[in-house]
Order: sequence, then C-alpha cells, then structure tokens
Amino acid sequence: MSEQNEIGFISNDPPHRAPGPIGSLHASLLAYTPYRWLAGKLAASGLRVRHLVIAVPYIWLLLFFLAPFLIVFKLSFSEYRIAIPPYAPIFEFIDQTYLQVRLSIDNYRLLFQDSLYIQAYLNSVRVAGISTLLTLLIGYPIAYSMVKARPRTRFILLMLVILPFWTSFLIRVYAWIGILKNEGLLNAFLLKIGLISEPLSLLNTDIAVYIGIVYSYLPFMILPLYANLEKMDMSLIEAATDLGCKPVPAFWKITLPLSLPGIVAGCFLVFIPAVGEFVIPDLLGGPDTLMIGKVLWTEFFNNLDWPLSSAVAVLLLLLLIVPIVLFQRHQQKTAESH
Amino acid sequence: MHSRLSAFNITALVTGFAFLYLPIVILVIFSFNASRLVTVWGGFSTQWYGALLENEGIRSAAAVTLKVALISSTFATVLGTLAGLILARFGSFRGRTLFSGMIYAPMVMPEVITGLSLLLAFVALAIDRGMMTITLAHITFSLCYVAVVVQSRLVTFDNALEEAAMDLGATPARTFFQVTLPVIMPAVVSGWLLSFTLSLDDLVIASFTSGPGATTLPMKIYSQVRLGVTPEINAVSTIIVGLVAGGVIIASLIAKQARRDSDANHP
Repeated sequence: MSEQNEIGFISNDPPHRAPGPIGSLHASLLAYTPYRWLAGKLAASGLRVRHLVIAVPYIWLLLFFLAPFLIVFKLSFSEYRIAIPPYAPIFEFIDQTYLQVRLSIDNYRLLFQDSLYIQAYLNSVRVAGISTLLTLLIGYPIAYSMVKARPRTRFILLMLVILPFWTSFLIRVYAWIGILKNEGLLNAFLLKIGLISEPLSLLNTDIAVYIGIVYSYLPFMILPLYANLEKMDMSLIEAATDLGCKPVPAFWKITLPLSLPGIVAGCFLVFIPAVGEFVIPDLLGGPDTLMIGKVLWTEFFNNLDWPLSSAVAVLLLLLLIVPIVLFQRHQQKTAESH
Repeated sequence: MHSRLSAFNITALVTGFAFLYLPIVILVIFSFNASRLVTVWGGFSTQWYGALLENEGIRSAAAVTLKVALISSTFATVLGTLAGLILARFGSFRGRTLFSGMIYAPMVMPEVITGLSLLLAFVALAIDRGMMTITLAHITFSLCYVAVVVQSRLVTFDNALEEAAMDLGATPARTFFQVTLPVIMPAVVSGWLLSFTLSLDDLVIASFTSGPGATTLPMKIYSQVRLGVTPEINAVSTIIVGLVAGGVIIASLIAKQARRDSDANHP
C-alpha cells in the first residue's frame, strides 16, 4: 500500500478539489470552537479516513465476536439459580456500600469430577479425528481426479462439489435418516440383494455419526485440496517420469508432499467444527453417542444451566485454541504467498 | 495438463459424486411419493407440496427466514467487503493480527460456542431476543465469509489500476467505487449469495439467539425431524435445495462470464 492510498483526514484535502457535501459541512462546522478543537486534535493524532474504514468492521467484530467470548468466560464463574436470566450476578452492591464479588469454580469442578463431561470431550476429539482421516481418504482421490480432468469438465466437477457445500446442512443430515434407519433404504436394498438376512442397526450408532460427518464435511476437504493440486507445477512430475520414476512412486515422492498445505487446510476445516458438532450426533447418533456440542446444547436448552454450558464452552474453546491458531497461521501464510 | 482420466480417476469421481448426491436425490424422489412410508414407493403425487401450502407454521417460518437472510446478507456483504479490502490492501496496521484472527476464527468456530456467546452478549446488552438478534448474529458470521471471498479476489488482481487512478487525482473513495468495486463485483455477489444461504441454513446459532415468536425454517424443520422422517419435510427440503441449487448455478455462470470478460479486457 503506497502513501498515496492513505487518505488524509478531511481537512487535508487538496484545495483545488470542490468540496463535497461532507467537505462543506466540515467547513461550516469549523466556525465552532469545539468542532475546530476536535478536528485539530484528530488531525494531529494522525487519525485518517483509513482508520475509520478499518474501525467499522473492527468494532463490529470486537462487539459481536470477541466481547461475547469474554462474557461466556465471566458467566462460567457464576452460579446457577432459578431466575431470568438463570444465573447469579458476580458483582453485586450490598447495602449500597460493599461491592460483593462471587466467583464460583463449581462449574469447572463439576466438569472434572463428573466423568460424563471428560468422556464427552475425549469422545468428541476421537470421533472428529477419525472422521477427518476418513474424509481425507475419500476426498483426496476425488480432488486428485478432478484436477486430471479437462478444464471444461473441471469447472462442472467443481460446481458439483460446491453445490452440496451450499445446500442446507440440516437437510443433508436429515436425508441420511431415511437411508440408515432399520426399515430404511439401505437395509431394504441389502436385504433385497441378499447380502444380509436381517436389518443392520445403523441409525443412532457411532457409524451413522461418522457417515454424517464425512458426508457433510467432504466439500470442505475437497475444495482446499483441489485448489492446491490445481496450482501444482506438473513439469516436476513430467521430469520425474522422464527420469524413469514410475507414476505411483512419483505420486508419493512429489505430489503428496507438495499437496501438504492443502491437506493441512482441509483437515483443520473438518476437524475443528466436527469436534463441536451438534446436529449430526443429535440426529444420527444414539443416546450413548456423547459429544460435547450435544452436552452443551442439552445443558443450555433442557437444563437451562447457562453457567455450566458456559464452562463447557470455555473448555471446548481451550481444547480447540491450538488447532484454531495453527489454522489461522496457515491461512495467513497461504494468503500471503499468492 | 492434457492427460486422460485413468480408470482409477473415473472410479474415484463416480463413487465420490454418487456418495455426495444420492442422499439428496433420494430425498427429492421421495418428496413425490404418494405413500407416507419412506421406503415404499406408492406412486407419483404432489400432495405433500399442497399440504405445505396449508401449513401455517411452515409458511410463517419461511417468511422469518427470508427476511433475516435478506437483511443479514446485505449488511454482511457491506461489512465483509470492507474487511476484505482491509485485509488485502491496507498493509499492516496496529491490531491487524487480531483483526485477521477475528475474520478467520468464526469460520471454524463450533456453532454451539458462537451461538451461546452471542446469546449471552445480547442478554448483557439487554437487546430483546427475536428476529433482530438472529439477524445480528448472522451478519457477524457471514461477514467473515464475504471478507475471505473478497480478499482472495483482490489478491489475484494487481493494484496498479487503483494506483493509476489515484495518481490521476481520484479520491480513494472514488477509486474504490469506480475501479476496485467493478473488479471485485463477482466476488461481492458470490459473497452475498453465500451469506444468504448460510443464513437460510443456520439452525444452531438461530436457536440460541432467537426469542419467542421468531422461529426460522431450519428450527421448524429440526423440531419436526426429531419426530421422524415425513414426506412434508422432504417436500420443503426439496424446495430449499432447488432454490439454492438454481441460485448457485446461475451465480457461478455469471461469475465465470464476468471473469472471462475481465480477462479479455485486461490480458
């Protein structure tokens, strides 16, 4: 960004330019001392329109993204009570004299003492990890084959991957219920071709959850892989083949290592949201499918325990902070290397 | 690359796309099933679509969803375009790391956390929960997607044109509206569409941030899905899928055409 791009504060406008409505308003307001003082101060502080442009989305995100997390953090130390809203205040004035601060660590103690929560955390990580691996194994051959197609076909294939990505998540998960249930289509089909003699119970098991996650998140894996593979310098492969390297070793030695950034981005994009997934374990999983997103939902909507669900959220965030930060670094690095 | 698809490639593509599309195709087919059972084909019928029209709950939920989606995607596009411009063109400034963090993080943040934290913020700010709060929540997460789409368009486009315009005396605002915006327009449009569909689809964040009286279509569908698979839900799903698919296909064809035009103008 060159210096010319930086906009001066309105008073710095070159004089030859006819003042717009804001400019003339500014000029007439300069007659008033407080405004002149403020404008002078702002100009002296180096505040420019550039800063105002930055400020708009910045303040929005601070207000509706960062601040809400701080509130969750604060609430996780308060106590549940039957009221609206259902928590006791942390700060309270007693007799208009004393500021009473009540920080409770009961919520966290419960999370560590009741094995349900620990198990839900561990189970979420396990389910998300296995699903991510499965998604990679299924997504890689698809992305790889897409790149091999002619440019025209490639565009259509890309559209076909993007389309489900835009289609309602809920509807796509719902579609699997009709397929997986005991009297569902998959069982009907398997019974008909005689592969099984009695229906498999698939719905409300962990298998259904894996299918649901792989299915829903597959485009998130294919798209970064495809973007990466498409840009790959194919002359490297040609050189290797010319030098007598067979296609399969060439894949393992050249294509795979070079596509690592795509693999990493895809895995993050699947793993992080899958850990906190709610809809899939709720609709496809069984009563013993413990996942932390579902626990949080239940604490909030069924037990109305806002403080405890806040504590669950804080621990979930702590669990994910490392992958999220790594993902961001990775994204920034990829964005800047263009 | 000119190589033909190998048998392996074709197998991977066919099975992969069958996996992606079969469930949706089955869902669409069974929305026209005369029988109430989901596995038995009882003949072609559009009765479930007729039943939808009479379902007051679904109709009002659809109206709420459309309103929220229209308003939130428009605001998100404005804010997100600004954010994308800042990321791609503003160089370094104090707090840039935090800023880009706040852009990328919401995209991977589990929805339950985003939903809960926004709800608590609305309670703390004493904003009444309802359509307004769902809209604010949707603007927040959608703007990040718009920012990324706009940013990735901007980094592929050389800023020499913008600099030339400013050297010739155009104000930065004028440069933005007359030079930058036309170039990034396809990205802005697809950002708007993405925001619109994200808002249309969202269940978790809407459930947390909505109040009494504001039920969105996904919330309505979810409450009925829990009771089992019904042909009415298949019908409403088919309509949503059809609308989204049509919109996405048209938008991407427009974007493709625009890219071809701009490539032709600036080789």
